[in-house]
Amino acid sequence: MSNDKIRFRRGGNVKSVETKWYEDREAVMRGLMNLDRRSFMKVASAAAAAVMTQGIFHPRSFANVVIDPNTTDDRKIEPFRFAYISDSHLYERKVNDRFVRSLLRAVDDVNRLDPQPDFVFYGGDLAQLGAAAELELGAQILKNVKAPLRMMVGEHDWYLDMGEKWRELFGEPTYSFDHKGIHFVVLNSVVEKDFWTARGMTPQQRMQTVAGLDNGVQSPFTVGDTQRAWLEKDLARFADSHPIVVFSHSPLYKLYKNWNFWTDDADEVQAILKRFQSCVVIHGHTHQLLTNRVGNIHFHGLLSTAWPWPYAPEGLPPLTVQMNRPNPFSPHDGCGDGVVNVLADGYVDKIYSLWNRNPVTVSAAYLNSVRRRGRPRRSSRPTEHGGNPR
Amino acid sequence: MKLSILSTKSAVVLGVLTAVVGGAVVSTRDSASAEPVTVMLCDGETQVTLNANGPVTADDGREVAAKLMAEWLAKNPQAQWEKDVRERHRLVESHDNSTLVGQQSVQEGTWSTVTALDVVTWKRETEKLVAEGALVFHDGKRLGSTVAVSCDMCHPDASNTHPETYPKFQSQLGRVALLRDMINWCVEHPVRGKPLAVDGPEMRALEAYITAQRKGVPLDYGKR
Repeated sequence: MSNDKIRFRRGGNVKSVETKWYEDREAVMRGLMNLDRRSFMKVASAAAAAVMTQGIFHPRSFANVVIDPNTTDDRKIEPFRFAYISDSHLYERKVNDRFVRSLLRAVDDVNRLDPQPDFVFYGGDLAQLGAAAELELGAQILKNVKAPLRMMVGEHDWYLDMGEKWRELFGEPTYSFDHKGIHFVVLNSVVEKDFWTARGMTPQQRMQTVAGLDNGVQSPFTVGDTQRAWLEKDLARFADSHPIVVFSHSPLYKLYKNWNFWTDDADEVQAILKRFQSCVVIHGHTHQLLTNRVGNIHFHGLLSTAWPWPYAPEGLPPLTVQMNRPNPFSPHDGCGDGVVNVLADGYVDKIYSLWNRNPVTVSAAYLNSVRRRGRPRRSSRPTEHGGNPR
Repeated sequence: MKLSILSTKSAVVLGVLTAVVGGAVVSTRDSASAEPVTVMLCDGETQVTLNANGPVTADDGREVAAKLMAEWLAKNPQAQWEKDVRERHRLVESHDNSTLVGQQSVQEGTWSTVTALDVVTWKRETEKLVAEGALVFHDGKRLGSTVAVSCDMCHPDASNTHPETYPKFQSQLGRVALLRDMINWCVEHPVRGKPLAVDGPEMRALEAYITAQRKGVPLDYGKR
């Protein structure tokens, strides 16, 4: 990873030379803890530190001695890309053909990518009301994706039968995998406390309640104790320097509770993730361009193929460059799919491929520099004729 | 609503029904005659038969009332619709007119003084229309959608509806649009239904809800 990345990532806003020095020294010490099998590096680090104190090196050169014990010194992530589709909210075809056609369009989009992405990630809410027929229809359509497909669950998939059909089709919702030096984790972040039993709700009523974004009867989303314990265990074998990408349906931070743009135990999940020097969280649910950063954790939202959500009336992260209000006269405006370019340091450039608009790239440099560099261009609103504005 | 007492013996005890039930027809026999007592709700249908010894205390009476009401509510689940809507959706409260209590209107005279009951009535009735609007807003069936789409799917809490900007020239429509024109545009296109009658109950309720949710935002007609 480049020195620039290290400097900007830790820094955030402008910091004094002293602060940077102490932060970098701390990073070195953390790195040393991982060096038990490589004691020779200790000597090298100590030497570097000694030189450092004399002010010969720039402080950020410390970053070079952070070693991942799981890999060789010359480990480098080979940059790659994956594509995403999310939030299709399918009804059965006879109920609503529009959302079905939108998902087909997204599948065409990712199949047309050349070269093909390493895999396609589906961000949850495949169904609208969790019905078996909706999920099966979605599964049938997604079979047409040429690249390997990775699935995540959303609340619309879950609360009719508590995930039974979804698991039958796609397997367990919580899992992890490794790809080209990145550890990927997929969570079910839409676990809600039981609000239905006391109210005597039918499964349909429970699903309908959760399906209403502004329905205040439901509980806030959580990852929950069980999954957090699993996550901690899953990540335990990785050194702090190992790049991590986490997928969650809801954003793993607290944006706006009324619409469940929110994960109630986000702070606890972040506490597990914060030790990693490169960590990216990619989430669905919000149907819009959404960018955030907490410490070393970068957050990116996914577009929906079905409809865009308005921005929450409060809590919008300052890093977010908003997509201006979709034009209701332009069908599909604000919807789309996209691509994630994974860089050599494990951070990502996130591309929002908006249908009817120019794509917007939210780069790792933009987040690492905290808005100083690589500010994404605002997407222009399409004309009422549906095309791009001149 | 009134409590009708057909027999005087239990009148005092069952009088609590007025507070809880809002109305019940009580048919009793003199307890000395040791025949069962029938208590009937004002719907003329729901009733409960008690043994000859009860009810005696006020609590007994409340228990009977609660039982009758529970039975009635089970038969009429829609009766609590406004309470249910308020639980589900965050409705914005209407203006507090309580400072007007005791003031006289221009007519002068005792009858024209604003009472606390007036203020409560205005608020209750106004918010009822707003609650009705929230119901329609979230119900694809009442909107006449043929694709199971309702307003809240793009406009949670009626966000991004900006009723304060109407009337305005809507170039896509080629004319000046009122809020109701845009509502009907949405009903016809994304919702894929038939346009609502502009003075119909659905449209009136929708306008009420959408406007209520933007309370406090300055009017700025013509704003694009």
